[in-house]
Amino acid sequence: MIPSHLKSSVGDSKEDAGFSAFGLGLELERRGALESLKVEVMASAIVNATTAVVEWASMAFDAPFADAVVFGVHVDGHLVVEVLLIAVILFQLTRKSYKPPKKPLSEKEIDDLCEEWVPEPLHPPITEEMKVEPPTLESAAGPHTVIDGKEVVNFASSNYLGLIGNETIIDSCVASLEKYGVGSCGPRGFYGTIDVHLDCEKRIAKFMGTPDSILYSYGISTIFSVIPAFCKKGDIIVVDEGVHWGVQNGLYLSRSNVVYFKHNDMASLESTLEKLAHGNKQAEKVRRYIVVEALYQNSGQIAPLNDIVRLKEKYRFRIILEESHSFGVLGNTGRGLAELYGVPIEKIDIITAGMGNALATDGGFCTGNARVVDHQRLSSSGYVFSASLPPYLASAAVAAVNYLEDNPSVLMTLRRNIHLLWEGLSDVPGLMIVSDPLSPIVFLKLKNSTGSLKNDLELLNKIAERVLKEDSVFIVSTKRSVLDKCRLPVGIRVFVSAGHTESDIKKVSESLRRVATENL
Amino acid sequence: MVRLPYSTALTTLFSYGLLFAFGQLRDLFRKIIDWFKSSSEDLKGYAPICLGLEDFYTRRLYLRIQDCFCRPIASAPDAWFDVVERYSEDSNKTLHRTSKTSKCLNLGSYNYLGFAAADEYCTPRVIESLKKYSPSTCSIRVDGGTTDLHTELEELVARFVGKPAAVTFGMGYATNSSIIPALIGKGGLIISDSLNHNSIVNGARGSGAAIRVFQHNNVAHLEKVLREQIAEGQPRTHRPWKKIIIIVEGIYSMEGELCPLAEVIAVCKKYKAYIYLDEAHSIGAVGKSGKGVCELLGVDPADVDIMMGTFTKSFGSCGGYIAASKEVVQYLKDTCPAHVYATSMSPPAVQQVISSLKVILGEDGSSRGSQKLAQIRENSNFFRCELKKMGFEVLGDNDSPIMPIMLYNPAKIPAFSRECLKQNVAVVMVAFPASPLLLARTRICISAAHSREDLLKGLEVISKVGDLVGIKYFPTEPPKHETKVYKVE
Repeated sequence: MIPSHLKSSVGDSKEDAGFSAFGLGLELERRGALESLKVEVMASAIVNATTAVVEWASMAFDAPFADAVVFGVHVDGHLVVEVLLIAVILFQLTRKSYKPPKKPLSEKEIDDLCEEWVPEPLHPPITEEMKVEPPTLESAAGPHTVIDGKEVVNFASSNYLGLIGNETIIDSCVASLEKYGVGSCGPRGFYGTIDVHLDCEKRIAKFMGTPDSILYSYGISTIFSVIPAFCKKGDIIVVDEGVHWGVQNGLYLSRSNVVYFKHNDMASLESTLEKLAHGNKQAEKVRRYIVVEALYQNSGQIAPLNDIVRLKEKYRFRIILEESHSFGVLGNTGRGLAELYGVPIEKIDIITAGMGNALATDGGFCTGNARVVDHQRLSSSGYVFSASLPPYLASAAVAAVNYLEDNPSVLMTLRRNIHLLWEGLSDVPGLMIVSDPLSPIVFLKLKNSTGSLKNDLELLNKIAERVLKEDSVFIVSTKRSVLDKCRLPVGIRVFVSAGHTESDIKKVSESLRRVATENL
Repeated sequence: MVRLPYSTALTTLFSYGLLFAFGQLRDLFRKIIDWFKSSSEDLKGYAPICLGLEDFYTRRLYLRIQDCFCRPIASAPDAWFDVVERYSEDSNKTLHRTSKTSKCLNLGSYNYLGFAAADEYCTPRVIESLKKYSPSTCSIRVDGGTTDLHTELEELVARFVGKPAAVTFGMGYATNSSIIPALIGKGGLIISDSLNHNSIVNGARGSGAAIRVFQHNNVAHLEKVLREQIAEGQPRTHRPWKKIIIIVEGIYSMEGELCPLAEVIAVCKKYKAYIYLDEAHSIGAVGKSGKGVCELLGVDPADVDIMMGTFTKSFGSCGGYIAASKEVVQYLKDTCPAHVYATSMSPPAVQQVISSLKVILGEDGSSRGSQKLAQIRENSNFFRCELKKMGFEVLGDNDSPIMPIMLYNPAKIPAFSRECLKQNVAVVMVAFPASPLLLARTRICISAAHSREDLLKGLEVISKVGDLVGIKYFPTEPPKHETKVYKVE
């Protein structure tokens, strides 16, 4: 009866301690055995008692039902218990659960709330900057214009080809005005389509080398109507962070997922595309677009189209290219960014442009393959729900495109002027040129920014004002609205035109140098 | 309100169902045929640019009747104009122009006061300004795009409308789309009429504010929505709304109805909401001196917070304007993207508006303006009255130059349009998506340039075609017996 572990613990060396431990162990052993015996007896007694009770209970229950048979089922006692339980459950289910009572507001309470509510004023407090009025021109906005009775050299109009004041264009406009009047008095779907519109669309398509194009009645509405027509909820758009408000509004209205990449940074674009391509498993169903401007009006940079096309083909995206400031300017014959980089025009899916810049008219167009253009005729809101372009502006556009095709040398003049301006402005203290050497928007940024956009803008405005007042040269600084999300630095924009002479360019460089030295 | 007879509703639904079924059948065949042809390698990996369902309506329903829309014209959109004839070789999928034109009566263009074609006062001045300022300024308003013409126009518009100041833009659609985001943003509430124009809907969406809709012209429902919204506050957080703007139109372009402006303004004043009135179709066309719905309904312009309008309809030009208090206009000139980022309005178009406004105000030294206004009122009321007598279902209020005639059935749309064109009357068809699917209509726009003979010819043709197509839903009024007048020699 001695357990084996006690046996082995008995050692030879420590006999005395071991002997007493051994004795204690035996004593405990004996007590433990007695205890367990007692417990065993008690347990069996309880079990016997319970069994007896259960048997008696079941007998007591079964006895009255012993011979009861309901619907062919022999009724046992446990069935009664189950039926009772089910009844209790059903009863609880039918009770209403406790919810705190929801009282709607009474009419008087609503009246009180309406009384108390104070709306914000319709406009925020008017600051001094808001009261500043721009200078008023008193003649055409050509290379020389008249402000306040004085003749000034005009570097504030994006009249890149110098077409303001061109006799051929004005003659075609006069003919158009006499035949068609000024407005077209209707949207395109309801007798607002005049044959000059159709001619203009064909002419632009022929010039660009695409199957068809579509005319819009306002430059800025082109891009913010095209993007929502093709991009819907759930589509993915990768866009440069320096795009202008028109593009931003189009992206917002499209309700797609928009991802920005760093301004004109191809490495950032590639990493963004890589991330998106990996994350997305249902890539087949979702349309993916890259939206870039050919020539950014917020910084004068030119987008590297060959890199973008390579990335687009690798990751299966489509390109929407905004060419407002590059149409008629870039490329050997003015056909835009695709010609500059030697990319075949079919690789760019959608091209949009406003005609208010190089073509010296108003309105915009969008071009691409036939499916792209046809889709917009019913689903682009700025085309369907708005009056069409005044016919004289459409004939001005046709005349301008004809002029550009017949005189590609005007682009050489423009390029020469830009080059001269770069030379003249290269050593202006405090200002540095950040635009591309090919860009007709020469963008000058402050070398040492004051830190806040507002102060920078104040300083630049002062410079522009002084240049106008003292030297009769009209230049402008960046204008930004509070609704604009673009955070690129502000600067002075000098718009070079092919109509400027060498002396004009010298004048603006000297003037800027002088005023910048004094102020910065 | 449109009262639709049950039998018409049933037949319309049946027609659409049939068209839908046929469309789906053809799509199925197209899918089968395409499955046999392999798709080109270039498009592998790209999702289609238009998903099948999105342009189902375009491909299967609209293309069949494509020749009724987008008809090109070859002359000014005056009372009579030249419509270019088109033909198709593949059952309306593509239409080709011919060089033949047919002279038709113009019942479709927005030419309310007849300034569309060359005008004896306006056109010489427009040509002069074109030679002086060129077709475009190539610049934004805040840079070098403001000429003295623009300043003159803004002062004139403010004076005409009866507000302290105004600002003008180059396109009416862009005005709405960029002004509304400048006025209200996240945390604000826009309550707009259910039948508001697409530009207002786009502007409201682009602003980021919450949008609620009230039933068309139902002031009681507007009040109910206002009370609920002010009491509840912003969704989820229940903070009070920053501001509430109510947007209504003067004349609704698809119904021809006026808005109950006096009652709406009373509700707005009671609940401290701001009101934005879009007078695209009513400025220059209604009111004794052409000043719009405020004059017609006797409302003080100072009660309306912001008045918006376009120059396309009554003034024969292009562009839009906003008239409000001096501070609001100053703020808008600083913030509104259409002012800060878009090319300024073309100077000849500005001159056209200035000249036409001077004619309307009588400042050109003649009474042509008041003549034109009287003419359009008389023309509209006469035409509407006659159409109703013939048994057509005509919508719209008295004095409004827009009258939609209900067609309902989709097959009647091309039938009416083509038959009218054969008899040299050009009308406009309004189908989905510009109007609800079951409520297709044809819309007549009357102009001051229409003479009484023109209107009578139009009525005759419409009556004949109406009989042919079967749209006289109401009983005709029997012609009154003419009393014989005996002349006493």
